Order: sequence, then C-alpha cells, then structure tokens
Amino acid sequence: MLEQIEGSKAMARTIALCRPQVICAYPITPQTHIVEGVGELVRDGTLANCEFINVESEFAALSVAIGASAAGARAYTATASQGLLFMAEAVYNAAGLGLPIVMTLGNRAIGAPINIWNDHSDAMALRESGWIQLFAETNQEAADLHIIAFRLAEELSVPTMVCVDGFILTHAMERIDIPDQKIVDAYLPPYEPVQVLDVEHPMSIGAMVGPDAFTEVRYLQYYKQQTSFRLIETLSQQFAKLFGRVAGGLLRSYHTEDAEFVVVAMGSINGTIKDVIDEMRAEDIAIGLVSLVTFRPFPIRALQEALAHARDVLVIDKALDPGMGGPLASNVAIAFRNMDDAPNLHSAICGLGGRPVTKASLSRLFRQAMVQPWEGPHFLDLNDRVIAREIHRRGKARRAGPAAENILKILERERAEKARARAEAGGA
Amino acid sequence: MSEAPRSMETVQKLKFYQKGTHTVGNRLISEAERNVQASIERSNSLTCGHRACQGCGEALGARYAIDAAMRAANNQLIAVNATGCLEVFTTPYPETSWQMPWLHSLFGNAAAVATGVAAAMRVTGKPQVRTVAQGGDGGTTDIGFGCLSGMFERNDDVLYICYDNEGYMNTGVQRSSATPPAARTATTPTLGTEPGNVFGTGKFVPKIAVAHDIPYVATASVADLHDLEAKVTRAMSFQGARYIHINVPCPLGWGASSGDTIKLARLAIETGLFPVFEAEHGRITQVRKIRKRAPVTDYLKLQKRYAHLFKGGVPDPRVARIQAMADRNIADYGLVEA
Ligand SMILES: Cc1ncc(C[n+]2csc(CCOP(=O)(O)OP(=O)(O)O)c2C)c(N)n1
Ligand code: SF4
Ligand SMILES: [Mg+2]
Repeated sequence: MLEQIEGSKAMARTIALCRPQVICAYPITPQTHIVEGVGELVRDGTLANCEFINVESEFAALSVAIGASAAGARAYTATASQGLLFMAEAVYNAAGLGLPIVMTLGNRAIGAPINIWNDHSDAMALRESGWIQLFAETNQEAADLHIIAFRLAEELSVPTMVCVDGFILTHAMERIDIPDQKIVDAYLPPYEPVQVLDVEHPMSIGAMVGPDAFTEVRYLQYYKQQTSFRLIETLSQQFAKLFGRVAGGLLRSYHTEDAEFVVVAMGSINGTIKDVIDEMRAEDIAIGLVSLVTFRPFPIRALQEALAHARDVLVIDKALDPGMGGPLASNVAIAFRNMDDAPNLHSAICGLGGRPVTKASLSRLFRQAMVQPWEGPHFLDLNDRVIAREIHRRGKARRAGPAAENILKILERERAEKARARAEAGGA
Repeated sequence: MSEAPRSMETVQKLKFYQKGTHTVGNRLISEAERNVQASIERSNSLTCGHRACQGCGEALGARYAIDAAMRAANNQLIAVNATGCLEVFTTPYPETSWQMPWLHSLFGNAAAVATGVAAAMRVTGKPQVRTVAQGGDGGTTDIGFGCLSGMFERNDDVLYICYDNEGYMNTGVQRSSATPPAARTATTPTLGTEPGNVFGTGKFVPKIAVAHDIPYVATASVADLHDLEAKVTRAMSFQGARYIHINVPCPLGWGASSGDTIKLARLAIETGLFPVFEAEHGRITQVRKIRKRAPVTDYLKLQKRYAHLFKGGVPDPRVARIQAMADRNIADYGLVEA
C-alpha cells in the first residue's frame, strides 16, 4: 500500500514483514528510527514470535545476532558509523562463520571530528569484512532491499548489509509502497540454516584453523561472493516480477548507451545526478550514469560491460581514504585493469560529513571533467581559502592546535568579517 | 560400588573425609548425592583427547561444571565459549572434545552470543534447551565484562561460568584484572621496586555479579568438585542470568607442580584468599567455612610466581599484606566458624 511515510518507518515495517526472529537494538543516529520502528511492531504484536533485545553496545548487538543466527533464528540488527566500528570484530566474525545476518547501515561519517551526518565512510571502512553490501538509491529501494537481503544472505549463508544514506533516506518523508505480507512470504521462505547448534546433532563451530586450511576457508568465502553475481541479478528479477518494481541487482545504467562520459556513484546521490544528466542531455551532451547497487561483491564484469563504450568515467565517492583517495574510485580502477581501451578515470570526493551535493556543483564538476580532466581526487566544493589559511597558520607555529577547531574558528571569523562588511555597506 | 549407607541421617551426622584431603568420598554417601562424574550416565561433554597441560585446573573444572549442567538440563544444553585456553585446547580440529553443540565466536562476546542462542531457542520453539557461556578470567573480568554485565542486567537466561586462573594464560601468562598482587606474570615481571603485580588493583567479579541482583551467583573451586557440581545444579534450577566463578589453578602460569593443582585450589580456600559462597537475588545465602585454616605462606610457597617474595631468607613485608587480604576476606565473609 502506498503511504507518505518516513524512510526509517518504511524500512522498519518492511523488515518486520521479513519475519526476523531476533532483533538487537542499540541507538545511534541516523539509524535509530529503524530499530525503534521495529521495536514498536514487536511490542504491539504486529511482528509476532520475535525477541527484541536492547543490548549494551553494538559489539553486543552483533554478537547476540551471531548467537541467534548460529542457533537457527533469523537475526537482524542495524547500526551506523561509530557503531559499525565498535562492532568491527564481530562484523568479520559473522562473515567468517558464514551467518546470514542482515544489518541496516544508516550511512554516516566517522570521527574524529565527530559528525552525525551522511557519507559512506562507515560502509567503506568494513568493505573487506566479507559482508555483502547493497546500496539503496531511494527510500522505496531502501525498504525493498531488505527483503532481497534476507533472501540473498540466507541462500548464500553470507551476512548482508543494506546501506542507506543517513538522513537523506532515513529521515526523509516519501511516498512508499509497503508490500503485502503474502507477497513477501512468497518471495522469502523461512530461514533454513546450513549449520546450526542442535542438541540432537551436536557440532563444534568456531574452531581454531591453522595455516593448513585457512587459505581454503577464506577462498570459499571469496568463491561464494564471486559466484553470487548471477543470483543477485536473478533475485532482483524475481523481485520485479512479484512486486512490480525494480530493486537490487548489481547496477543500473542510465543513458549510457551512447554516452562517452559516464558517472559512477552509489546511493541516494544518484537521484541528483540523474537530474543533472537530464539537464545536460537537453543540451545534447552525451553523458550517462552507472548507479552501483552491489558494492560487495564488486561486480567487475558488469561494470566493464556498462562502461565498455565510455571514454571518460567520473567516480563519485562519499568517503575518503586519506592515504589513497576515493575507495570506490580505487575499486573501479581495478575493473579497468584488464580492459582493452580502458576509459580515463576521474575521481571526485563529495558530500563528506553531510555536505550538501547540489545540482549546480555536480553540473560544474561534470563539465569541468569533460574539458579539464585531473589526476587524483577532486574535492567537490572544497573551501580552498580556509584550507590555505590553516595550512599557512600551521606552518608558522609548532603548537598549531587541533585542526578541526581551528577551521571552525576561521570560518566563524570569516562570517563575522562578512557580517561587519555588510553592516558597514548598509550604513554607508 | 559398595552399598550406600541406609539413611541420610547417618551420612549427615558422620563426617567422612578421604584420607588427608577433606573430600567426601563417593562410596560413603547415598547414590543420590554422588558426583555426576561418579555416574556412568554422565555426558562426558568435554571428553578426553584435548590438549590441556597436565594438571590443568580449567580442564577439570570445565568437565565437572558442564557435565553437571548437562545433567540438570537433561542433555539439552548449548555451550558458547570465549577465546582462551579452554577454547583452544578443546578444539584442535578436526578433533573436538565437545560432545555437545558448541560455538566459539570471539574473546569478549561470549555472554552476548549466549544471549542470542537463548533467544533463538525460545523463538524456534525449543525453550527446554538451555545455554551456558564460559570463558577465562581475561575473557570475563576484562574484555568481556561489558557483554557480561549487559547479559546480567537484562537477566537473560544464561549460565555464565568463569574459569579463573588469574591471568591471560593462553597468550603466555599476562596480567589480568584477576591477577593477585605480587604475582609474577609476563607483564608484571619481578623487576623494579614493586616486583610482580602491584597491590591495590584488580577486581573480584563475583561481588559485582551479586550487585546485579541476578537470581544466582556462586564461587566454586576444583578442590571441592562435589560443591562445584551442586552449585552448577542449583544454578540450573533458576531461569535468568546466573554466574559461577571457579578458581582453577594453572600449573604453567603459576609455576606450580601439576600434582599440586587440587592442593593449591584447597589452600586458596583454606587461607581465605578465595572465598567460596553463594548468593541469590543479590544476597549472600551461604558461605563455605574454612575447615582448617592455613597461613598464606603455605599457598604462596608452592608457586614460582611468588618465588621473589621468599628470596634471600628475609621475610618480605608483602607476604604480610597478602595475609591481611586473606584475613579481611575471612572477616568480611565470615569464613571461620565463630
Ligand atoms: C580481541 C582480542 N584481544 C586479544 C586476543 C588474544 N587472546 C586470546 S586468548 C587470550 C587470553 C585468554 O585469557 P583468559 O580469558 O584468562 O583465558 P585463559 O587462557 O587464561 O584460560 C588473549 C589475550 C584475542 N583473541 N582477541
Ligand atoms: S596454560 Fe594453564 S590454563 Fe592453559 S592449558 Fe595449561 S594449565 Fe590449563
Ligand atoms: Mg585466565
């Protein structure tokens, strides 16, 4: 049924339709409304036969989910940012044990400096943990991806993270279709574990593995992910058939057929990018977009196909590896490695810590990339003046103080100067 | 097996102890009161073939504790294990010593993983299947303490057993918050002005467990396996969070003879250094009295980790401080019959 509803609420309602049996909750913005939402549905009896457990940390949240999943229950949790890092050890553990836990990640920046707003630093920090990572473009997809995630996780016995942009998706009110329980049940069968703690058939899970077998165990994790591309596509097609709309899959192309210039991005930013592309297309500029849904496993083949005709590819990252640049750009570069006539790769870092990415900025960025390609990452809307001031200041004294606070001070001083200038101009 | 005494009264009035040990022999008590281990029905949950050191108190304690829990749960029991000696020496895969469903996840999350297992049993329609979590002192009093306290506070239906060998043994004997003062470990070497572990640090988690007002808390020892089994059985009769803290000497880490494990565990009790008690719903309900009080030197001298206290034949003033700790326990817990 179509409803005007907050993204988190829609996700909560949809997650409940997936009949999770154990849900672990720990608050962190911007994910909190999701677990609050499912919690209400457990309390009021809408979601029956489910244990909602308020834990003392994210590390415990995922650990409880690990125990529940290994003991045969469908387990769900959600987190963001600092919370994901706090549970990092368990994130790897769940993947290593092959437990099909589903977790929503309300994507948010990682401190220091502490920042509650959206970017993809959290998902990128644990991209090598062995979880499947799916990125939602819209709130409808954010809800839908959970249904697909449970099915995918359980078919492969690999934990799956549904990445949704904090605030931009989690807190936005939109018109969303919450599916019928019957259709969800038709798509998602009950959890049938491949390994389970069972008193009738006792087994030990989690033994120490030495050099003689560790590589093989790891290889199997790799194998499972590398052979899952077709399954991910199939599940998306089946979803479309049953639910009557598109969600999931590896990636979605937008006007790439004749595009020499193609943008690659993940998550909600794709909506803005499409708007810009529409405007540029009206000017007869051959520009297209690849919206990546599945980041892990990284769909190299599908990307190569989607980008086969592109001359220039601009990768948008909402995260930064300070010693390298944009993580998505680095991954896309790997997809180009064995391509004949590989396109030129341009990297841009956008929207860190919730900085708005406007159509105007993107339009400028795309146009600049076409005429003046650059090396290394380009930081969209970087305040060069502030950076120059701070770098200059730091060069002058050893005890330059904390960078974050200094930059805030400079910005405040600039604001005050501007206000004074305005007042003087007004007085004159 | 010999005939059991005719009536319970005979057993209770007379105190039969094994020669030189104070341990009640199985032969002298009624069938019903005999050890779980004395029964061929025992589950052998932690069976032979594991790789523990000779005389390992942890292996002994775990075997008795888990078999008793298995009996109490009608063999419907799942174990979660923290990383540590017990986890490593029992699962040299493809061999495993566990004849029960057993899961090892991480070092610091056993209590939380067990919460998840218990929840799964309820939602999958198997409420009769019980859950036990176990870990060493490091996995319990240090790195796993947050998860442990969370599990207690939520009163999750988990029995958590801590095997306290007073240090991080699996990684080569380092100090934990359960390492006693003056003890030598790899990270509290016998160097400098205060050799060994410093005084005035550490924590006794059973007390903290009691402060959570959970249904059941007990301390136990491998020197009194009968009492250990009884406490596990009692713990299993409660629903909700339960905690048993077992003193388990570690010959390797303590620098003691493998043959002295039980003796050391007994001396820890008889000196007053390790109080053995039971608490229900936040109140101490039972204290095991010291039968034959021993000075702490009897205990310390058997262990190389304290050898620096007895060097050069001069009495080290720190021995008196350790004695004072024992005396304080005796007074606080009323360990000596008035
Ligand atoms: C997060 C983490 N930190 C450190 C370790 C290394 N580690 C493994 S076992 C262990 C010591 C275990 O000590 P304890 O819990 O007292 O058990 P014991 O071996 O003494 O029985 C340590 C430090 C680890 N596995 N994981
Ligand atoms: S080091 Fe200590 S605890 Fe570990 S197996 Fe040996 S005796 Fe047991
Ligand atoms: Mg230890």
